[in-house]
Amino acid sequence: MSKKQYAFYPGCSSQKGASASNFATSIDVMCEKLGIQLNEIPDWNCCGASIGYGEGGLLPRLAISARNLALAEQNLPGQDMVSGCPACWLSTRETAEKLHESDSLLAETNEALKEAGLNLKGTVKARHIVEVLVEDVGFAGMKAPVVKPLEGMKIAGYIGCQTNRPFGIHGESFENPLYLDRMIEAVGAEAIASYDQKVTCCGGALAFSEPDKSQKQIRDIVESAYDHGAEMIVTPCQLCQANVEIYQSEINKKQGTQLAMPVVYYSQLMSVAYGGNAKQAGLDGHVIQPRKLQEIAGK
Amino acid sequence: MSEQNRQAVARYHNDFLKEVENHVEDGEWVKMCMQCGVCAGSCPLGNAWEHTPQKLFMMIRAGKRDEVLTTDSMWMCTSCYNCIVRCPRKLPITHIMHGLAHYAHRLGMAPKGQPTREVARLFWNNLAKTGRVNELKFSLAMYFKDGFMQGIRNALAMKGIGIGLMKAKRLNPMEILGGHKCKDKDGFRKMIAKAREIEDRGNKHAP
Repeated sequence: MSKKQYAFYPGCSSQKGASASNFATSIDVMCEKLGIQLNEIPDWNCCGASIGYGEGGLLPRLAISARNLALAEQNLPGQDMVSGCPACWLSTRETAEKLHESDSLLAETNEALKEAGLNLKGTVKARHIVEVLVEDVGFAGMKAPVVKPLEGMKIAGYIGCQTNRPFGIHGESFENPLYLDRMIEAVGAEAIASYDQKVTCCGGALAFSEPDKSQKQIRDIVESAYDHGAEMIVTPCQLCQANVEIYQSEINKKQGTQLAMPVVYYSQLMSVAYGGNAKQAGLDGHVIQPRKLQEIAGK
Repeated sequence: MSEQNRQAVARYHNDFLKEVENHVEDGEWVKMCMQCGVCAGSCPLGNAWEHTPQKLFMMIRAGKRDEVLTTDSMWMCTSCYNCIVRCPRKLPITHIMHGLAHYAHRLGMAPKGQPTREVARLFWNNLAKTGRVNELKFSLAMYFKDGFMQGIRNALAMKGIGIGLMKAKRLNPMEILGGHKCKDKDGFRKMIAKAREIEDRGNKHAP
């Protein structure tokens, strides 16, 4: 079977030694088993994330995302651009759409891009890996390579904000999207359908600047998972994963709670279910150990 | 008062709506708000806003320039996009809030030391140097933004988290020596400078 080819935009957090490096590790087994070939865009740059607006105006932000689109267009022609990080995807897709709608903005952006020796025609589509999984592979396709079904595991699917809004996955609702639950079920685990914090905001970048407000959000997200009998939270978002996992100890310290809920990526579930070991699934990259998943991976 | 701010006041007198339409990202949408309040009720940090988006839109139309540009409200936006998908008039509210925050920042009117404003500035400056975010330097810059002693206190308070992340290989102390970067970081920097220059000479964002 020839592999499906995509221009891959990893994003800063997926680099070696960065906060989502275990996500980057975990997608290798998943992509291998699903026939997905991710071709890294040469010399890609940061998307500006959701907090870039403060200092960076509209045009500088359009320019930095346009640079990535132009590099993909030039070096990996004909391939959809795929990102694993919702912030990367959102910034890039917003840029692609804004430049598609306005010839004057495209002209100004290209004037800036010229300084980096590039030009954007605007032919590249910006997609999220989850879109590739749901639309190009499908749920049956995700189920096919399972050799170690995650039987008996109860999982709260936490989608968060930017994978879900403003674009989301085609055909899903903003208030109660179902694809992540179906992905959890595809690998043999039980998704908690009534988990009510599925699309709640974790505070995003305000986890740094407004820790108390953000930690209130995180506490709700984690406690609801406990209330619904979840053994772990699964998310498609790098910032959600980091915020919801890392700050549980802070909340415990300040508020006397005893939160210790593992938070992993869907790709880690798939990697384990497809036969990957703990290292391949990036399970050595956690502050709160996902023990049950580690046990299954070790079998 | 910054020179840019003086020029804006001189040019628009009391027509703040016009000023927002001309200089704020997606500002032309402000007049479309029908004051239903769904945005205010949908915001995860809604109760932390001195003025909710709904209120800000009416204040802009009422010409309350100083109150709008000096409030810390827009800096409470977590970029969750709840308001955008729920707005019955389809206003790009998140973008307008980002745009207002940016405009207030550029005019020098945004509240001094507002934490999200500071984090946003540090984040952008971090990425603009090499084209990629250096998470270690970004974290340290945040800890030390209020001075050296406070930085030491902040770093000690977050020591457990830092060590946990290092053990999980998700924070690399060697990043202090440079870390990940774009090969063409010079071209990247020149591109950003050019984009800013174009924006300053154009209609949006600069009076």
